[in-house]
Amino acid sequence: MPEIRTDEQLIDAYNQFKGLLSSRLGTVTDDTNQLILVCGGTGCHASESNLIVKLFSEQIAAHGMEDKISAEITGCFGFCEKGPIVKVYPENVFYVHVKPSDVAEIFEEHLLKGQKVKRLLYEDPQLKEKIETSENISFYSLQHRVALRNCGLINPEKIEEYLGVRGYQALSRALSMSQQEVIEEMKNSGLRGRGGAGFLTGRKWEFANKYQSDEKFVICNADEGDPGAFMDRSIMEGDSHSVIEGMAIAGYAIGASQGYVYIRAEYPLAVERLQIAIDQARQLGLLGKNILQSGFDFDVSVRLGAGAFVCGEETALIHSLEGLRGEPFTKPPFPAESGLWEKPTIVNNVETLANVPAVFLDGAENFGAIGTKTSKGTKVFALAGKVNNVGLVEVPMGTTLREIIFHIGGGIKDGKEFKAAQTGGPSGGCLPAQFLDTPIDYESLASVGSMMGSGGMIIMSDHDCMVNLARFYMDFIVEESCGRCVPCRIGNKRMLEILTEITEGRGKIEDLRELKTLAETIMDTSLCGLGQTAPNPVLSTLKYFMDEYEAHIIDHRCPAGTCQHLLRYEIIPEKCIGCTSCARGCPVNCISGSVKQIHVIDQTKCIKCGACLTRCKFNAVVRN
Amino acid sequence: MTNANAGCKCQDELKEKFQELDQYLEGLHVDPKNPRRKDTLINALHHAQEIFGHLPEPVQIHIAKHYSIPHADVSGVISFYNYLTVEPKGKIQVNVCMGTACYVNGAEKILREFERVLEIKTGEVSPDGKFSIESLRCVGACGLAPVVTINHKVYGKVKVSDVKDIIESYLVEETDQTMEASNA
Amino acid sequence: MINLTIDGQAVSVPEGSTILEAARQLNLDIPTLCYLKLEQSRYLNQVASCRVCVVEVEGRRNLAPSCVTPVAEGMKVVTNSRRVLSSRRKNLELIISNHPFECLICAKSTDCELQKLVWEFGLNKQRYQGEKSEFPIDMSSGALKRDATKCIMCRRCETMCNSVQTVGALTAFGRGFHTVVSTAEAKPLIETSCTYCGQCVSVCPTAALTGVGNIYDTWSALFNPKKTVIVQVAPAVRVAIGEEFGMAPGEIVTGKLVAGLRRVGFDAIFDTTFGADLTVVEEGHEIIERLTKNEKLPILTSCCPGWINFLEYHFPKLNYMASTCKSPQQMTGAVVKTYYAQKMGLNPEDIVVVSIMPCIAKKYESKLPGEEAYGIRDVDVVLTTRELAKILKESGVDLNHMPEEEFDNPLGQSTGAGVIFGGTGGVLEAALRTVYEKVTGKTLEDVNFTEVRGLIGTREASFDLDGRIVRVAAVSGLGNTRKVLEKIESGEEQYDIIEIMACPGGCVNGGGQPYSKDRDDIVEQRIRALYSIDRGQKIRKSHLNPSVQELYQAYLGEAGSHKAHEILHIVHHAEEKDCCN
Repeated sequence: MPEIRTDEQLIDAYNQFKGLLSSRLGTVTDDTNQLILVCGGTGCHASESNLIVKLFSEQIAAHGMEDKISAEITGCFGFCEKGPIVKVYPENVFYVHVKPSDVAEIFEEHLLKGQKVKRLLYEDPQLKEKIETSENISFYSLQHRVALRNCGLINPEKIEEYLGVRGYQALSRALSMSQQEVIEEMKNSGLRGRGGAGFLTGRKWEFANKYQSDEKFVICNADEGDPGAFMDRSIMEGDSHSVIEGMAIAGYAIGASQGYVYIRAEYPLAVERLQIAIDQARQLGLLGKNILQSGFDFDVSVRLGAGAFVCGEETALIHSLEGLRGEPFTKPPFPAESGLWEKPTIVNNVETLANVPAVFLDGAENFGAIGTKTSKGTKVFALAGKVNNVGLVEVPMGTTLREIIFHIGGGIKDGKEFKAAQTGGPSGGCLPAQFLDTPIDYESLASVGSMMGSGGMIIMSDHDCMVNLARFYMDFIVEESCGRCVPCRIGNKRMLEILTEITEGRGKIEDLRELKTLAETIMDTSLCGLGQTAPNPVLSTLKYFMDEYEAHIIDHRCPAGTCQHLLRYEIIPEKCIGCTSCARGCPVNCISGSVKQIHVIDQTKCIKCGACLTRCKFNAVVRN
Repeated sequence: MTNANAGCKCQDELKEKFQELDQYLEGLHVDPKNPRRKDTLINALHHAQEIFGHLPEPVQIHIAKHYSIPHADVSGVISFYNYLTVEPKGKIQVNVCMGTACYVNGAEKILREFERVLEIKTGEVSPDGKFSIESLRCVGACGLAPVVTINHKVYGKVKVSDVKDIIESYLVEETDQTMEASNA
Repeated sequence: MINLTIDGQAVSVPEGSTILEAARQLNLDIPTLCYLKLEQSRYLNQVASCRVCVVEVEGRRNLAPSCVTPVAEGMKVVTNSRRVLSSRRKNLELIISNHPFECLICAKSTDCELQKLVWEFGLNKQRYQGEKSEFPIDMSSGALKRDATKCIMCRRCETMCNSVQTVGALTAFGRGFHTVVSTAEAKPLIETSCTYCGQCVSVCPTAALTGVGNIYDTWSALFNPKKTVIVQVAPAVRVAIGEEFGMAPGEIVTGKLVAGLRRVGFDAIFDTTFGADLTVVEEGHEIIERLTKNEKLPILTSCCPGWINFLEYHFPKLNYMASTCKSPQQMTGAVVKTYYAQKMGLNPEDIVVVSIMPCIAKKYESKLPGEEAYGIRDVDVVLTTRELAKILKESGVDLNHMPEEEFDNPLGQSTGAGVIFGGTGGVLEAALRTVYEKVTGKTLEDVNFTEVRGLIGTREASFDLDGRIVRVAAVSGLGNTRKVLEKIESGEEQYDIIEIMACPGGCVNGGGQPYSKDRDDIVEQRIRALYSIDRGQKIRKSHLNPSVQELYQAYLGEAGSHKAHEILHIVHHAEEKDCCN
């Protein structure tokens, strides 16, 4: 491919390649080819989506139809629950749970004979109907994909396809503006940091722009460490170019010529796709010296993380980039003033950067037309936990929790009751049923004691213990604390010890007050955001689920039935027929009783594993 | 390195590995006078760990010398990050994801079951060096919760009852490989 | 200037100042623990990890660490609200919840900065009974004792080792609750590139880093009827040990100390300063030899074992430049075990030499192979200034009430040149006084070589010795040392004589001295005292020390003789350790 050195060449490339996407974009003509798009996100990848593409390609070759049909890998479609997903164009048919063994049937029936394979179509659980196209699936109908606009649409390993969806035209536009104009546009859009803090991106750029320095840096924070969050991963795997373009625009705005992507080592696929994208952009001259004849130089390097959640904090990330232990440093001074190697640096989240080209392509006003007054645009959420439709969703700010969980999410799994939604990961809080109609934005979530966070949203049912959840998050924090400052290093540990005592039935009522005073000091004096927000899950669950805490402490009972130490397995004598199945399956031999005799569990030896409950076919074993 | 009996062959293998590492390090163009030279350190440690399987002291010192930094620096960095390990892991590395989504879907029970079947605790290596268990912090495949990855292979929607079969499949594979090797 | 108010009081400070500095201007001592600034050594530990110094700042959501937060115009700070005080207390309670509760038997008791804060805050219960970190105690070096269970992660030692001394033996290790400052792979110190300079010991607020104890060995020897126990006292001790008895820093207590040592029961009390004079004569001879032959230059002094370790680990190629002379401590010991033993008809195996040093590395030096004469150790036990103070107190000796007494002979006489060995520039100046006279044959009228004095890290000068220009330098602190050696290695600079001391300021600031914490003016006062003693001496040139002259006449022959080489010289072995450069 020839280099793209001017704006004219960029438009030429666009015109040349947009045809590649015509069927996907719905502009169908008579001689449009058939296209098979297979989801290549990590989830589907793990379920052999690569093999599925390969098998399709083999079928195409075997039938000699390479000029009529093509099979491509693409980014995450988002509906992870139903993966692997295969889309067939031009009809835009949506197949779910596709296995490699299904490939032949899909090819024969649909591609050759035009007959859709009904059994692989998505079935709406409520209507019990098969739905052919994704637009009509409730999972998708409320979504508005901006950051994810190209995920599932383009092949992320082909820059031509990115160019065909107006790729790098946002950069071109930005380069024709002054730095001040670019920053104003950013501010007017209202885009706020999607990593969780929600700082106005335009203002961050403005600060960094103001400081005079011979060198400045743009860092993309791809260290998505929140457990249960995979938004950034999907963007990196499905649309790396949008992030690169966003970084370049940011670099131009602040006066930086070097960008770094700090990405988790746990995301090998994303690392690979990112490097491919960077290499391709360099080859075409869209990264490097004098981009599009503007006089602006910019290049991007990839640096790996090594498994430390705290490195998602911007100053810890900077230290890690410098080759040090990932310990945060005090602010002020902020990175915009003194960051990487003490030069002005901006650290932006992947999703934030993916939104940047959209701002410049559609204009700040259009971008800001969606969302709420203080939170413009959309947010990507990783919906997981006890919902039916686990996956990646992007919704306008202001969408309510109810809409996300019950409409998009398809309601609670296994017909259970909704108990709480946890947002913000280990820094966030939980929202019980009374907040289901809360419109999601930065302020509203903070006002009820949670936070937006990076987008992880875990749904809990009545079978989830909130005390145990708080303990789980605190365990995570203690594991991931960098160890530098006293309140986080030692304080969180002491909180964890108290929570463990409670979940194991040894809690005391004074513990609740101690948790609160510890939380106060940890929040008030920790050095960085990790420590400062660590007590949030505890405080939030104490506020809304005090009854559960009290049950654990006073009644020695876990209402959700999850805290092992507080479980009690018993055999109902009337129902027991003495089949000995439970006794045989008991790993500690604590069930006594011979054949045809009523069995009894020795509570002093019972380890609460639940094997007996699983084995009993007569419902004689109960757990309370 | 514990193969004291391998003698010459082990020494040659080691030499080769250091050569491979040196080739990579040369490509990084580390300037001992540059105060910023450590920025490629973590990438280098990743690479070294891929070559050697772990980061024992001689490798640490080798890298420290290349970067002109104290050994203590390299050691302190390695001790901070989960991914970097001084001790060798098992040949078959079982990683159970303990992200929130997996956790609420019973990941802890899966972890305990692996511990029970393999008779080692999380973080340990089995005495024969075959298996090791780690708990990972979210691989980002929450749609498949609970997730277990074994040597880069991802298992989704794992049930407690699957654990024994999964382990058995690796033992069978091992036996097959050994048999193939002895028949070759 | 920035104007702000603290607790309602207005104060003006230069831009870039911290809240802590502004508060101190108002004599408001916000409690600190991890923060430490030592102007002279260019040392600043500002990691904001203990969170004890937190204050309220109007408009700021959380509490601010005052040691590192810069002031801003119109800032309103509150240091004593309920919110602030309860957080400070809580953080202290958390620190001690992961700290051994053995104050009663801890070496730092009454000197421990953590203990002091806990006492000042009136903490009166162990609120948390949770897990405590466990680590093995490391005494592998025989000099430095490392007990990581008492580490509070203040990072002072790491900062000192990396930034000031540029040795790089320490690092924070691990992550999370069990993080402590440790060595590479938590190895015993003897396997690392630690030089035992002891500067980390000087700044450690708790007993995580202390010297290895030798008090018990001393009493063992003293109570052994078969042994003759000789004690020698280093120059730097006599201007510092008074501080352990409430006297002002720099108070000269030589005579009282000698009296106290006699009360303790030592059989003879000798002066390491005698050994210093002897070192000057031997080293002076060596200097002149090298200058004449114009080879192996620059000559580097070798009386500081911390520095010699640094040379051997980090610049092994320059090893040949070190003088072959033993240190004054070792020379004194060697003379005791040979000349003195012979003179008194004692079996050297029945003599125990105890040396009182301001230094931790001396404990390591005394055990090195080669630091012996005819198979007998020169020095058997090394006590730091701090340890001696404890022995004196145990014996009921209060230095304040001791009379003035004299050292014993024949190793008790010393000159002004010998005593200034205790401070940076002193060894060089003493050497120059002798070398000048030996080379020119003239009498040196003005013995003051003020150009090489002072606390600036590196001082350079050149002198005309009968037509030959001699370029000299005096360096203190290993970071400064590294810079000079790199220049020598690259050929960028040429010198003839360089005096090197590992501790910033010299031995008066050694790792074994009374803790001076953040009072780095104390070092200056101690050095001034040494020069004051020098001025008061009748004899101020080492080679004119009558006892030294007699030693040569009766025993050694002449400077650089075969006998002198047998007992007063040592060859240092380069030992490349895992460090780099």
